[in-house]
Amino acid sequence: MQILLNGKRVATEARNLDELCEGLGFADAKIATAVNGSFVAASDRKQTPLAEAAEVEIVAPRQGG
Amino acid sequence: MLTLYGATFTSRLLLGTAQYPSPECLKQAVKASGAEIVTVSLRRESARARTGQGFWALIEQLGAKVLPNTAGCRTAKEAIATAKMARELFGTNWVKLEVVDNDDTLQPDLFGLVEAASELAKEGFEVLPYTTEDLSAAERLVGAGCKVLMPWAAPIGSARGLVNKDALKTLRAYFRETPLIIDAGIGAPSHAAEAMEMGYDAVLLNTAVAKAGDPVRMASAFARAIEAGRLAFESGLIEPRDMASPSTPVAGTPFFKIDNAS
Repeated sequence: MQILLNGKRVATEARNLDELCEGLGFADAKIATAVNGSFVAASDRKQTPLAEAAEVEIVAPRQGG
Repeated sequence: MLTLYGATFTSRLLLGTAQYPSPECLKQAVKASGAEIVTVSLRRESARARTGQGFWALIEQLGAKVLPNTAGCRTAKEAIATAKMARELFGTNWVKLEVVDNDDTLQPDLFGLVEAASELAKEGFEVLPYTTEDLSAAERLVGAGCKVLMPWAAPIGSARGLVNKDALKTLRAYFRETPLIIDAGIGAPSHAAEAMEMGYDAVLLNTAVAKAGDPVRMASAFARAIEAGRLAFESGLIEPRDMASPSTPVAGTPFFKIDNAS
């Protein structure tokens, strides 16, 4: 399956958002997520399936003004 | 004391965390500024670099209240989703709301801003909107539930100071009880002092400190200017006048002839 992860096309076998994050090594990382433009809470990632062409954002704290 | 959404602060300087030469410099600048509130953002995290994880450890060391922004969001929808991600990530209802759709001016899109503020306030966010000096927009934002307003002084990073002083004075006069924070466009401590002398409650800045020749000393300079400006405002500034008025008593001036005999 092809998805758009942080703006880049990638192949994944992850069935849901939680599996995707874990596969990327973010299991215990300080991240937040959105799918197709909408926020997905950490507690909802397991119940959030990924479909072909899903647009996933994984963000973390960064410097800001 | 500065009170924002029920929380009180001694410092009236809010400092951004971007563009410093090094993480250590950022830490020292925050310390020198006395800032109790620092702004942060969210950015895409790379599984390889994991940049955000290290930055979070640094922020925790600062011990300041974190104000996440929605910088880079071009629509209300993007800003709302970003604010929700920030709330989960940083554990705060506070959000510095930015909706900007012009790369040259980075001027707030006031329509998108009001739309996003209204939705976020309904969902329990405590919104600090980055706005312009426009009075009508300010009224809409307050009506949407914003209890703090953050008008710009000038475009972000421009260092031009208070470009539209008359409108900023009007805004201050109109919103007597709403905390007003000057956000963006400040270049020099004198700009910040001027805003405080006008009765603004606080100043939020980043570039003027981070890009200074010596950010740590500049942070200290801004802290003093903001404190001085506030003290001056509270002390009651005198009104300017067109003509001179002698400060030394006129009565008893030597050689002054009270009765001109000629």
